[in-house]
Amino acid sequence: MVKDQEYLQAKAEYCLSLAKKLGATNASVTVANSISETVSFRNKTLDESNRSDNLAISITTYQNKKKSSISSSNLLDENIRTLIEKCFEITKITPIDEFNSLPDKELLGKKIKDLNIYDDTHIENNKKIEYLKELEEFASLEKKIINTESSFTENKSNFILANSDGFCDGYKTSSFSASCITVAKDQNSMERDYDYTKKRYLNEIKNPKELGKVASENTVKKLKSNKIGSEKISIIFDKRIAKGILSAFASAITSSAISRGTSFLKDKINQQIFSSSINIFDKPDLIKGIGSQSFDTEGVHSDTIKLVDKGYLKEYLIDTYNGKKLNLKSNGRSGGATNLYFENGQINYNQLLKINSRSLYITETIGHGVNIVTGDYSVGATGFLVENGEFKYPVSEITIAGNLNDMFKNITLANDLSFDFATNSPTMMIDGMVVAGK
Amino acid sequence: MINFFEKSDLSRNDAENIVSDTLKNCDDGELYFEDTKSETILLDDNKIKSSNYSSDLGYGFRAVSKEVVAYSHSNEITKDSLKKSSENLKSTLKSIKGTYNHSIIRSNKKFYKDINPIEQKSLNSKLEILNKVNDYLRKKDAAVKQVTASFSGEQKSIEIITLEGEALTDVRPLIRFNVSVMIEKNGRKEIGVYGIGGRQSYDQYLKDDNWKNVCEEAFRIASVNLESIAAPAGEMKVVLGPGWPAILIHEAIGHGLEGDFNRKKTSAFHNLMGQKVANEKVTIVDDGTIENKRGSLNIDDEGTPTERTVLIENGILKNFMQDRLNARLMKTRSTGSGRRENYKHIVLPRMRNTMMLNGKQTQDEMIKSVDKGIFAVSFGGGQVDITSGKFVFNCTEAYEIYNGKIGSPIKGATLIGDGPSILKEVSMVGNDMMLDPGIGTCGKAGQGVPVGVAQPSILINKMTVGGTKL
Repeated sequence: MVKDQEYLQAKAEYCLSLAKKLGATNASVTVANSISETVSFRNKTLDESNRSDNLAISITTYQNKKKSSISSSNLLDENIRTLIEKCFEITKITPIDEFNSLPDKELLGKKIKDLNIYDDTHIENNKKIEYLKELEEFASLEKKIINTESSFTENKSNFILANSDGFCDGYKTSSFSASCITVAKDQNSMERDYDYTKKRYLNEIKNPKELGKVASENTVKKLKSNKIGSEKISIIFDKRIAKGILSAFASAITSSAISRGTSFLKDKINQQIFSSSINIFDKPDLIKGIGSQSFDTEGVHSDTIKLVDKGYLKEYLIDTYNGKKLNLKSNGRSGGATNLYFENGQINYNQLLKINSRSLYITETIGHGVNIVTGDYSVGATGFLVENGEFKYPVSEITIAGNLNDMFKNITLANDLSFDFATNSPTMMIDGMVVAGK
Repeated sequence: MINFFEKSDLSRNDAENIVSDTLKNCDDGELYFEDTKSETILLDDNKIKSSNYSSDLGYGFRAVSKEVVAYSHSNEITKDSLKKSSENLKSTLKSIKGTYNHSIIRSNKKFYKDINPIEQKSLNSKLEILNKVNDYLRKKDAAVKQVTASFSGEQKSIEIITLEGEALTDVRPLIRFNVSVMIEKNGRKEIGVYGIGGRQSYDQYLKDDNWKNVCEEAFRIASVNLESIAAPAGEMKVVLGPGWPAILIHEAIGHGLEGDFNRKKTSAFHNLMGQKVANEKVTIVDDGTIENKRGSLNIDDEGTPTERTVLIENGILKNFMQDRLNARLMKTRSTGSGRRENYKHIVLPRMRNTMMLNGKQTQDEMIKSVDKGIFAVSFGGGQVDITSGKFVFNCTEAYEIYNGKIGSPIKGATLIGDGPSILKEVSMVGNDMMLDPGIGTCGKAGQGVPVGVAQPSILINKMTVGGTKL
């Protein structure tokens, strides 16, 4: 069982009182416990079982405007004492930074809303095994599938965040996730693809049959791929890739990137950065949301924010430190975005496929080719050539490139948004990008 | 050496008994203890932004029978916790019987010193260097708008207890010093990053004001990129510089030669052993025995001494990299390549320092032979799809080549290629092999481990460059 609130709270209070006793003017502490149980299958037989029990404590001590942090997984009081002493010693010789402080008291989270992000249900390993057996049965129906790998993970976590201004709160969360990776082979090539499901509640995960079938279908249709020529072509991003474009946006509007001047979106508040049809929300109180939170990693209350309104950038993701530097109040985003999503577009998926007589549909990208400073974007990709709304043949060993400034202004969205991850996008089309191939 | 039993109700004898009781009907397994002390000190935006110290302690208990791995880890080193883990392992493997048959080779060879780099240099002197870095770069040019510099250091102590009650230990120091600089001119911003590191004390890397060289290199890369033009798009010849660009070898070939993917036949290389996979000028080794290098290990995380493993010799595929599980199932021996990020993770076959050895040609000859192509000097990172063999890496410093001459710098572009065929496209191998500066971290199955790479300059006949200029 995951450690209860009383245990975590006692550890947190011990840390705060010790830090005060040593002379810290302020302190904050997070104590967390997380237990995961994973079972993995390969080719219809058991491959791995893994139980992980993680304790973690992290403490920040302040001496006025000086600050330092320590973290540890060893929660014995004696070890904590040694570490806090060390932390405070380091704090004393660390230079002053005028922006160091605990969050403003009036911004702290007050009443925790039940977001339905903890399901107490426990699924025994033999039940996980049943799920995976059924999943792999359906994943391997197709003859070209030569390898199946799947896993099921149950996670339960609990934490307490406390600071010397009297904030002390925390809550349990749970998640259940399953994944399936399949490999397909023909005479000339091998391909790999996957499907994945993750939910807060056990009874909401995809059924094993669907997961296995989708993974194997995704994989088989990638066989016999071609490399296409280098050209300018409109790109359609599958939902699972489109969310990455939204993540790039989120990292470019964190207050740290803005205050350091290392974002291509610096000074773009109230300017149009997306096409006028685009609205972007970040909603921390989504019921059962994968990214939901009652307060951020500093204890600051967070509300839903419309980050982009009709293409205009309205707000950054702000934490206490960088907020003070920018002369802005924290909006409870010290851990970044929560449940981030594009509002649905006006047309359906099939209409999106048919907008152009010829487009490239991307199902996977590889590489880390997004530069937040310049907005330059260049990644390896695989997908399908689409003509008149129909999938013609798989395409691989190509790259797609552009600049996020231009890409954002040329986005068209379908109306198929669903909340499968913390960051979610409908299927997305971007005009004007360059494909490099033959 | 850390005594993992000192403050615990668990004695060494208890641990040995629980291990032998748990593993007696298994093919393999061990109890792995780990204690890591680490620090990160970061200067950013003219200030010491953070100083973090961390102390992590835990165990990972593994039992293996046939192909099945049962694993349990915890931060609580107590009799109760270890017994719980033991029950968990036994219940997973209850119907799968194995036979433990390993004799651990002992080696006294050490490739780095048993030191704690964090304690060897005072915090004040680290803060002083970071401030010097900031002043030096900002004074150098008014166009410098942002400087980030950091020290990170750790000491990881491990102890492995085997079925026979043998204890195998290692103490691993690791440091890294990194500088990132952003320059802004005429409304354009570019970043240059450079770092150094390895398994030694900070002072080994920072003597004689060596931090200035790191600053100069970061500044130079940012300055070059300020002048960069749009990169070309399409297939062309590529000359790679020596050293760090060997992450091409790591991504394109290295991962595909790890034992697990070949046992599972999901690697594009699984049926190519003994066959020609590269131009005969190409020899590639994976070496865990280079003194003080980031990817070196005295013993791997199963206790096997590391070695220099020949992967490709004169173009012929010779060996895969193996941990004990995959070696046993493929009826071969471990190459000392069994690694894990920490006690929270199972062991996988991983790379250490992956190197292409010297040939006879010069970088000059390569450049002169290219009519139209690019010259790539430094990279940000890479990734590979093991199954299709397609891999990418991102240029952070590259130039056009026209008619045998180096031209303008080009914007960061992704290069994409096909692992099994790329080494056949290598037509020249240089005589200027260099090790990377000691900054690489390799990710696999959610686990990051420190690695090194090395290569001479090479000419690749054909690769796709992911620019925007058609």
